Amino acid sequence: MEAKLKGKAWKFGNDISTDLIAPGRLFHLRTKLPELAKHVLEDADPEFPSKVQKGDFVVAGSNFGLGSSREHAPTIIKLAGVNAVLAKSFARIFYRNGINVGLPLLICDTDRIDEGDELEVDMSAGIVKDLTKGIEIIFSPIPDVMIKILNDGGLVDHIAKYGDFKLD
Amino acid sequence: MGKTIAEKIIGEHAGKEVSAGDIVIANVDVTAVQDGTGPLAVQQLEKINLIQANNPERTVLFIDHAAPSPNKDLSNAHNILRNFSKKTGVILSEIGEGVCHQRLVETYVNPGDILIGADSHTCTSGALGAFSTGMGSTDVAIGIALGKTWLRVPETFKINVAGKFKKGVYAKDLILYVIGEIGADGATYKALEFTGETIRNMTMSERFTLSNMAVEAGAKTGLIESDETTKAYLEEKGRVDKFRTICADEDAVYERVINIDASKLEPMISSPHTVDNTNTAKELAGTKVDQVFIGTCTNGRLDDLGIAADILKGKHRHPDTRLIVTPASRDVYLQALEAGYIETFVKAGAAVMAPGCGACVGVHQGILADGEVCLATQNRNFKGRMGNTEGYIYLSSPATAAASAIAGEIVDPREVL
Repeated sequence: MEAKLKGKAWKFGNDISTDLIAPGRLFHLRTKLPELAKHVLEDADPEFPSKVQKGDFVVAGSNFGLGSSREHAPTIIKLAGVNAVLAKSFARIFYRNGINVGLPLLICDTDRIDEGDELEVDMSAGIVKDLTKGIEIIFSPIPDVMIKILNDGGLVDHIAKYGDFKLD
Repeated sequence: MGKTIAEKIIGEHAGKEVSAGDIVIANVDVTAVQDGTGPLAVQQLEKINLIQANNPERTVLFIDHAAPSPNKDLSNAHNILRNFSKKTGVILSEIGEGVCHQRLVETYVNPGDILIGADSHTCTSGALGAFSTGMGSTDVAIGIALGKTWLRVPETFKINVAGKFKKGVYAKDLILYVIGEIGADGATYKALEFTGETIRNMTMSERFTLSNMAVEAGAKTGLIESDETTKAYLEEKGRVDKFRTICADEDAVYERVINIDASKLEPMISSPHTVDNTNTAKELAGTKVDQVFIGTCTNGRLDDLGIAADILKGKHRHPDTRLIVTPASRDVYLQALEAGYIETFVKAGAAVMAPGCGACVGVHQGILADGEVCLATQNRNFKGRMGNTEGYIYLSSPATAAASAIAGEIVDPREVL
């Protein structure tokens, strides 16, 4: 994973469910993830899938990713080119899933970030710089066990590398 | 220092004493995926050429979310599961056999077990005194292949319930009330333990309704100690030898204790688009309803169908309100047939569907039109949940749902009981 990530913010509210990220009506596309990714988050913001650029950030309020365990949700956010998701808090299953598929999920105060702001995230320093506003926001450290999985590129790659969990 | 149920079960499976906050590798007893999450789990294992199951007799692939398949893409997805079952010897639960969570408690999960399932409502089995939790496809895929997973031992909220329900108030009303109090993310990363006199007097079916919805408060699982009721349930299912007493120590440490007087509760409703958006049914009375859906892993069991059938017997759905009934499993369906409930539903104007998730997931069997309102006994009312972001989903008990199907609008079920 690159130490510094740079891109534009897409702002969402609280309680963005996995139904809004990867809707049940598109259940049949779950084995065609690049197709499903063309609809990522469209039920929350219809313009998002067509306008999101590689390297952009999803920025949300609290309880991002609540609901279903569908891992397709973080997977298609990553497939859409999103660098990381920043939120005040994440639902538990989504948080695990995001790390498992290699999508960085950062817990921080997102209130001062607005749609379109240019952000720079320093993963090792734990800082989000809002370049548009000239402010710095500290994000909570990702738990060590998850950093190990993330650094290996996700859980499947971690297991492929060691043949077992190696999280000590 | 005493231990919570979560600490005890995870400790046993990690081979050491654990406390809330510890991160451990734990053995898992049962693993499960469904047709929405299972194909990706299989593909993840294929990617690293790890096509194996550590414990095939206790690994189950459920075809329940889109069953029978409504289109060719899903038919092909189902075949990914069927082929994996053939290759590895794991169990396949076919269309018509029922919702994974109901099938898991009926047949596969025992007190003291750890179950990981690629479905958020895997917490349902917690009512048997098992640590059961929902994860994503990859976590469960690795659990299937290696027989273990990593877990953070959760802190626990104790939900202590005393008193008797008033007539017309059920376990569903209690859990909707609890989620309204805690909030949709109030218990994120935590375990819930339901205890107290009211819980001890509940049937297993009522307990499953509570544990099923723990995740709607953000919780990892919803645990209930095992007792004589649990034992009788396992006996009925032919595996009383698997009974064990699982309970918390008296001096266990809880992050939070919530005391509830069940006798003060009213029939409750969750309004669109979050489960914690709760009101009493009385407050929402008069809301027009286009579709009523009775079923799911939350409230599709025999007693749920019985409560609804008693209200619908000799009556008919309102002409402007559709009624869909989906038994949670084949066993439930058979027993409901014998009890005459299914005949009652059909005569009352219901469309009775094959056992499975039915309309709850928004794939088939009851997708809402723009602007329509559905009153459902399911566990989730998110925007878009039932296949249309322009649909409005309210959640209630089977009694409130059945009474409202007759009235064509939300009613307090006590008016007809």
